[in-house]
Amino acid sequence: MGKLEGKTAVVTGASRGIGRAIALELAKEGANVVVNYSGSKEKAEQVVNEILEMGRKAIAVQANVADNDSVQNLMKKALEEFGSIDILVNNAGITRDNLLMRMKEEEWDEVIQTNLKGVFLCTKAVTRQMMKQRSGRIINIASVVGVTGNAGQANYTAAKAGVIGLTKTAARELASRNILVNAVAPGFITTEMTDALPEDVKTSMLSQIPLGKFGKPEQVAKAVVFLASDDAEYITGQVLHVDGGIAM
Amino acid sequence: MSTVLERVTKVIVDRLGVDESEVTENASFREDLGADSLDVVELVMELEDEFDMEISDEDAEKIVTVGDAVKYIESKLN
Repeated sequence: MGKLEGKTAVVTGASRGIGRAIALELAKEGANVVVNYSGSKEKAEQVVNEILEMGRKAIAVQANVADNDSVQNLMKKALEEFGSIDILVNNAGITRDNLLMRMKEEEWDEVIQTNLKGVFLCTKAVTRQMMKQRSGRIINIASVVGVTGNAGQANYTAAKAGVIGLTKTAARELASRNILVNAVAPGFITTEMTDALPEDVKTSMLSQIPLGKFGKPEQVAKAVVFLASDDAEYITGQVLHVDGGIAM
Repeated sequence: MSTVLERVTKVIVDRLGVDESEVTENASFREDLGADSLDVVELVMELEDEFDMEISDEDAEKIVTVGDAVKYIESKLN
Protein backbone atom coordinates (compact mmCIF):
# COMPACT_ATOMS: atom_id res chain seq x y z
CA MET A 1 0.00 0.00 0.00
CA GLY A 2 1.40 3.36 -1.05
CA LYS A 3 1.74 6.39 1.17
CA LEU A 4 -0.76 8.40 -0.88
CA GLU A 5 -3.40 5.79 -1.63
CA GLY A 6 -6.58 7.38 -2.98
CA LYS A 7 -5.33 10.96 -2.81
CA THR A 8 -5.71 13.38 -5.69
CA ALA A 9 -2.70 15.46 -6.72
CA VAL A 10 -2.46 18.35 -9.15
CA VAL A 11 1.04 18.86 -10.51
CA THR A 12 1.68 21.94 -12.62
CA GLY A 13 4.22 21.74 -15.41
CA ALA A 14 4.17 17.96 -15.22
CA SER A 15 4.93 17.00 -18.80
CA ARG A 16 8.71 17.20 -18.46
CA GLY A 17 11.69 17.25 -16.16
CA ILE A 18 11.16 17.51 -12.42
CA GLY A 19 7.38 17.91 -12.74
CA ARG A 20 7.14 14.68 -14.71
CA ALA A 21 9.19 12.81 -12.10
CA ILE A 22 6.96 14.22 -9.33
CA ALA A 23 3.76 13.14 -11.10
CA LEU A 24 5.11 9.61 -11.58
CA GLU A 25 6.41 9.30 -8.02
CA LEU A 26 3.11 10.49 -6.53
CA ALA A 27 1.29 7.93 -8.66
CA LYS A 28 3.72 5.23 -7.59
CA GLU A 29 2.64 5.93 -3.99
CA GLY A 30 -1.00 5.57 -4.90
CA ALA A 31 -2.15 9.06 -5.87
CA ASN A 32 -4.36 9.91 -8.83
CA VAL A 33 -2.73 12.73 -10.74
CA VAL A 34 -3.83 15.73 -12.76
CA VAL A 35 -0.97 16.31 -15.16
CA ASN A 36 -0.96 19.98 -16.06
CA TYR A 37 0.96 21.18 -19.09
CA SER A 38 1.30 24.41 -20.97
CA GLY A 39 2.45 23.47 -24.46
CA SER A 40 3.70 19.88 -24.54
CA LYS A 41 0.46 17.99 -25.00
CA GLU A 42 2.02 14.77 -26.30
CA LYS A 43 4.53 14.58 -23.48
CA ALA A 44 1.80 15.19 -20.92
CA GLU A 45 -0.23 12.37 -22.44
CA GLN A 46 2.80 10.09 -22.20
CA VAL A 47 2.98 10.83 -18.47
CA VAL A 48 -0.74 10.11 -18.16
CA ASN A 49 -0.28 6.78 -19.95
CA GLU A 50 2.58 5.78 -17.68
CA ILE A 51 0.39 6.49 -14.66
CA LEU A 52 -2.54 4.57 -16.10
CA GLU A 53 -0.21 1.61 -16.61
CA MET A 54 0.52 1.67 -12.88
CA GLY A 55 -3.19 1.19 -12.29
CA ARG A 56 -3.80 4.76 -11.06
CA LYS A 57 -5.97 7.38 -12.63
CA ALA A 58 -4.64 10.44 -14.42
CA ILE A 59 -5.76 13.17 -16.79
CA ALA A 60 -3.82 15.79 -18.72
CA VAL A 61 -5.14 19.35 -18.49
CA GLN A 62 -3.75 22.28 -20.43
CA ALA A 63 -3.46 25.50 -18.44
CA ASN A 64 -1.28 28.57 -18.28
CA VAL A 65 -0.64 29.04 -14.56
CA ALA A 66 -0.10 32.78 -15.02
CA ASP A 67 -3.70 33.18 -16.19
CA ASN A 68 -6.43 33.09 -13.56
CA ASP A 69 -9.23 31.80 -15.80
CA SER A 70 -6.97 29.06 -17.01
CA VAL A 71 -6.07 28.09 -13.44
CA GLN A 72 -9.73 28.09 -12.37
CA ASN A 73 -10.50 25.75 -15.24
CA LEU A 74 -7.63 23.44 -14.27
CA MET A 75 -8.90 23.04 -10.71
CA LYS A 76 -12.49 22.67 -11.91
CA LYS A 77 -11.47 19.82 -14.20
CA ALA A 78 -9.54 18.18 -11.37
CA LEU A 79 -12.57 18.33 -9.07
CA GLU A 80 -14.96 17.09 -11.74
CA GLU A 81 -12.74 14.12 -12.40
CA PHE A 82 -11.65 13.15 -8.90
CA GLY A 83 -13.93 14.98 -6.44
CA SER A 84 -11.16 16.33 -4.22
CA ILE A 85 -7.75 17.99 -4.39
CA ASP A 86 -5.52 16.72 -1.61
CA ILE A 87 -2.13 17.71 -2.96
CA LEU A 88 -1.05 20.65 -5.09
CA VAL A 89 2.50 20.73 -6.41
CA ASN A 90 3.39 24.11 -7.86
CA ASN A 91 6.16 23.13 -10.18
CA ALA A 92 5.58 24.99 -13.45
CA GLY A 93 8.45 27.31 -14.22
CA ILE A 94 10.36 28.91 -17.05
CA THR A 95 13.74 30.58 -17.44
CA ARG A 96 14.69 33.67 -19.43
CA ASP A 97 18.30 34.07 -18.33
CA ASN A 98 20.23 37.24 -18.93
CA LEU A 99 22.63 39.48 -17.09
CA LEU A 100 20.84 42.06 -14.99
CA MET A 101 22.11 44.91 -17.16
CA ARG A 102 20.84 43.26 -20.33
CA MET A 103 17.65 41.77 -19.00
CA LYS A 104 14.64 43.04 -20.86
CA GLU A 105 11.54 44.04 -18.99
CA GLU A 106 9.62 41.30 -20.82
CA GLU A 107 12.11 38.68 -19.62
CA TRP A 108 11.61 39.84 -16.06
CA ASP A 109 7.83 39.95 -16.35
CA GLU A 110 7.39 36.57 -18.03
CA VAL A 111 9.38 34.73 -15.38
CA ILE A 112 7.69 36.51 -12.48
CA GLN A 113 4.26 35.88 -14.00
CA THR A 114 4.74 32.15 -14.45
CA ASN A 115 7.07 31.26 -11.58
CA LEU A 116 5.66 33.51 -8.85
CA LYS A 117 2.19 34.73 -9.79
CA GLY A 118 1.40 31.23 -11.03
CA VAL A 119 2.06 29.81 -7.57
CA PHE A 120 -0.18 32.47 -6.02
CA LEU A 121 -3.04 31.81 -8.43
CA CYS A 122 -2.90 28.02 -8.11
CA THR A 123 -2.62 28.18 -4.32
CA LYS A 124 -5.55 30.56 -4.07
CA ALA A 125 -7.61 28.39 -6.38
CA VAL A 126 -7.22 25.19 -4.32
CA THR A 127 -7.49 26.83 -0.90
CA ARG A 128 -11.28 26.92 -0.97
CA GLN A 129 -11.52 23.20 -1.63
CA MET A 130 -8.85 22.31 0.90
CA MET A 131 -10.51 24.47 3.57
CA LYS A 132 -13.73 22.57 3.03
CA GLN A 133 -11.88 19.28 3.25
CA ARG A 134 -10.12 20.48 6.39
CA SER A 135 -6.93 19.05 4.96
CA GLY A 136 -4.49 19.61 2.15
CA ARG A 137 -0.86 19.74 1.18
CA ILE A 138 0.69 22.41 -0.97
CA ILE A 139 4.25 21.86 -2.10
CA ASN A 140 6.03 24.60 -3.98
CA ILE A 141 9.08 23.89 -6.06
CA ALA A 142 11.50 26.70 -5.26
CA SER A 143 15.21 26.50 -6.06
CA VAL A 144 18.52 26.70 -4.30
CA VAL A 145 19.26 29.85 -6.33
CA GLY A 146 16.26 31.50 -4.69
CA VAL A 147 18.32 31.29 -1.50
CA THR A 148 21.84 31.85 -2.81
CA GLY A 149 21.29 34.05 -5.87
CA ASN A 150 22.77 33.21 -9.26
CA ALA A 151 24.43 35.44 -11.84
CA GLY A 152 22.30 35.71 -14.96
CA GLN A 153 19.05 34.82 -13.22
CA ALA A 154 17.79 37.99 -11.55
CA ASN A 155 14.23 37.25 -12.64
CA TYR A 156 14.32 33.55 -11.77
CA THR A 157 16.01 33.95 -8.38
CA ALA A 158 13.63 36.78 -7.43
CA ALA A 159 10.65 34.63 -8.34
CA LYS A 160 11.98 31.62 -6.42
CA ALA A 161 12.82 33.70 -3.35
CA GLY A 162 9.29 35.08 -3.64
CA VAL A 163 7.91 31.56 -3.69
CA ILE A 164 9.69 30.85 -0.42
CA GLY A 165 8.10 33.92 1.21
CA LEU A 166 4.72 32.96 -0.17
CA THR A 167 5.15 29.41 1.15
CA LYS A 168 5.73 30.69 4.68
CA THR A 169 2.79 33.11 4.62
CA ALA A 170 0.40 30.52 3.20
CA ALA A 171 1.62 28.06 5.83
CA ARG A 172 0.76 30.53 8.59
CA GLU A 173 -2.61 31.52 7.16
CA LEU A 174 -3.80 27.98 6.51
CA ALA A 175 -2.31 26.04 9.41
CA SER A 176 -5.49 26.27 11.47
CA ARG A 177 -7.35 24.49 8.66
CA ASN A 178 -4.86 21.63 8.54
CA ILE A 179 -3.44 22.74 5.20
CA LEU A 180 0.33 22.31 5.24
CA VAL A 181 2.46 24.36 2.89
CA ASN A 182 6.12 23.63 2.26
CA ALA A 183 8.73 24.21 -0.41
CA VAL A 184 11.34 21.97 -1.95
CA ALA A 185 14.47 23.71 -3.20
CA PRO A 186 16.28 21.61 -5.80
CA GLY A 187 19.88 22.30 -6.66
CA PHE A 188 21.45 21.38 -9.98
CA ILE A 189 19.21 18.61 -11.27
CA THR A 190 19.87 16.82 -14.55
CA THR A 191 17.04 17.68 -16.96
CA GLU A 192 16.71 18.80 -20.58
CA MET A 193 17.26 22.30 -19.25
CA THR A 194 20.69 21.46 -17.76
CA ASP A 195 21.72 19.02 -20.53
CA ALA A 196 21.90 22.01 -22.83
CA LEU A 197 24.63 23.71 -20.76
CA PRO A 198 28.22 23.84 -22.07
CA GLU A 199 30.76 21.43 -20.50
CA ASP A 200 32.83 24.14 -18.77
CA VAL A 201 29.73 25.53 -17.09
CA LYS A 202 28.82 22.04 -15.86
CA THR A 203 32.34 21.53 -14.47
CA SER A 204 32.23 24.78 -12.56
CA MET A 205 28.78 23.93 -11.21
CA LEU A 206 29.99 20.55 -9.99
CA SER A 207 32.78 22.18 -8.02
CA GLN A 208 30.15 23.97 -5.91
CA ILE A 209 28.32 20.80 -4.89
CA PRO A 210 29.64 19.16 -1.70
CA LEU A 211 28.25 15.78 -2.77
CA GLY A 212 30.14 16.17 -6.06
CA LYS A 213 27.39 15.20 -8.48
CA PHE A 214 24.26 16.53 -10.09
CA GLY A 215 20.90 15.50 -8.70
CA LYS A 216 18.19 13.50 -10.41
CA PRO A 217 14.53 14.51 -10.82
CA GLU A 218 13.48 11.39 -8.88
CA GLN A 219 15.38 12.61 -5.83
CA VAL A 220 13.36 15.82 -5.83
CA ALA A 221 10.18 13.82 -6.39
CA LYS A 222 10.85 11.68 -3.32
CA ALA A 223 11.12 14.80 -1.15
CA VAL A 224 7.77 15.94 -2.55
CA VAL A 225 6.19 12.57 -1.75
CA PHE A 226 7.50 12.83 1.81
CA LEU A 227 5.99 16.29 2.29
CA ALA A 228 2.70 15.10 0.78
CA SER A 229 2.49 12.04 3.04
CA ASP A 230 1.33 11.47 6.61
CA ASP A 231 5.01 11.23 7.59
CA ALA A 232 5.18 15.02 7.30
CA GLU A 233 2.06 15.87 9.29
CA TYR A 234 3.96 18.11 11.75
CA ILE A 235 5.92 20.03 9.11
CA THR A 236 4.75 23.32 7.62
CA GLY A 237 6.36 26.50 6.29
CA GLN A 238 9.67 24.77 5.62
CA VAL A 239 12.08 24.75 2.72
CA LEU A 240 13.57 21.31 2.13
CA HIS A 241 16.80 21.54 0.15
CA VAL A 242 17.53 18.72 -2.27
CA ASP A 243 20.77 20.12 -3.56
CA GLY A 244 23.71 17.91 -2.61
CA GLY A 245 24.61 20.38 0.10
CA ILE A 246 25.05 23.55 -1.96
CA ALA A 247 23.19 25.74 0.52
CA MET A 248 23.58 25.03 4.23
CA MET B 1 -39.59 27.11 3.54
CA SER B 2 -37.18 28.72 5.98
CA THR B 3 -36.49 32.44 5.77
CA VAL B 4 -33.12 33.77 4.67
CA LEU B 5 -32.38 34.76 8.27
CA GLU B 6 -33.14 31.26 9.53
CA ARG B 7 -30.91 29.65 6.92
CA VAL B 8 -28.09 32.13 7.53
CA THR B 9 -28.41 31.57 11.27
CA LYS B 10 -28.09 27.82 10.86
CA VAL B 11 -24.90 28.19 8.78
CA ILE B 12 -23.42 30.51 11.41
CA VAL B 13 -24.34 28.28 14.34
CA ASP B 14 -22.84 25.24 12.59
CA ARG B 15 -19.66 26.98 11.53
CA LEU B 16 -18.86 29.10 14.58
CA GLY B 17 -20.38 26.90 17.25
CA VAL B 18 -22.21 29.83 18.82
CA ASP B 19 -25.63 29.73 20.45
CA GLU B 20 -28.57 30.54 18.20
CA SER B 21 -29.65 33.31 20.59
CA GLU B 22 -26.39 35.17 19.95
CA VAL B 23 -27.05 35.37 16.22
CA THR B 24 -29.00 38.62 15.97
CA GLU B 25 -29.14 40.94 12.97
CA ASN B 26 -26.87 43.45 14.67
CA ALA B 27 -24.26 40.89 15.73
CA SER B 28 -20.87 41.43 14.11
CA PHE B 29 -19.17 38.23 12.99
CA ARG B 30 -15.80 39.29 14.30
CA GLU B 31 -16.70 41.47 17.29
CA ASP B 32 -19.65 39.54 18.70
CA LEU B 33 -19.47 36.01 17.33
CA GLY B 34 -15.75 35.42 17.76
CA ALA B 35 -14.98 34.76 14.13
CA ASP B 36 -11.44 35.30 12.91
CA SER B 37 -10.73 36.50 9.38
CA LEU B 38 -10.47 32.98 8.01
CA ASP B 39 -13.80 32.04 9.64
CA VAL B 40 -15.45 34.93 7.81
CA VAL B 41 -14.02 33.72 4.49
CA GLU B 42 -15.34 30.24 5.22
CA LEU B 43 -18.75 31.55 6.26
CA VAL B 44 -19.04 33.41 2.98
CA MET B 45 -18.11 30.21 1.14
CA GLU B 46 -20.78 28.27 2.96
CA LEU B 47 -23.39 30.94 2.35
CA GLU B 48 -22.49 30.74 -1.35
CA ASP B 49 -23.19 27.03 -1.26
CA GLU B 50 -26.34 27.36 0.85
CA PHE B 51 -27.89 29.93 -1.47
CA ASP B 52 -26.23 28.77 -4.67
CA MET B 53 -24.77 32.18 -5.50
CA GLU B 54 -21.40 33.80 -5.95
CA ILE B 55 -20.33 36.50 -3.54
CA SER B 56 -17.43 38.55 -4.90
CA ASP B 57 -14.49 39.39 -2.66
CA GLU B 58 -15.44 43.07 -2.86
CA ASP B 59 -18.98 42.37 -1.68
CA ALA B 60 -17.80 39.93 0.97
CA GLU B 61 -15.64 42.63 2.53
CA LYS B 62 -18.74 44.74 3.16
CA ILE B 63 -20.48 41.99 5.09
CA VAL B 64 -19.75 42.75 8.73
CA THR B 65 -22.90 41.80 10.62
CA VAL B 66 -25.47 39.03 10.33
CA GLY B 67 -27.94 41.63 9.05
CA ASP B 68 -25.49 42.64 6.30
CA ALA B 69 -25.34 39.06 5.11
CA VAL B 70 -29.11 38.62 5.18
CA LYS B 71 -29.72 41.88 3.35
CA TYR B 72 -27.08 41.09 0.74
CA ILE B 73 -28.49 37.62 0.07
CA GLU B 74 -32.07 38.86 -0.11
CA SER B 75 -31.11 41.54 -2.61
CA LYS B 76 -29.31 38.96 -4.77
CA LEU B 77 -32.24 36.53 -4.62
CA ASN B 78 -34.75 39.14 -5.74
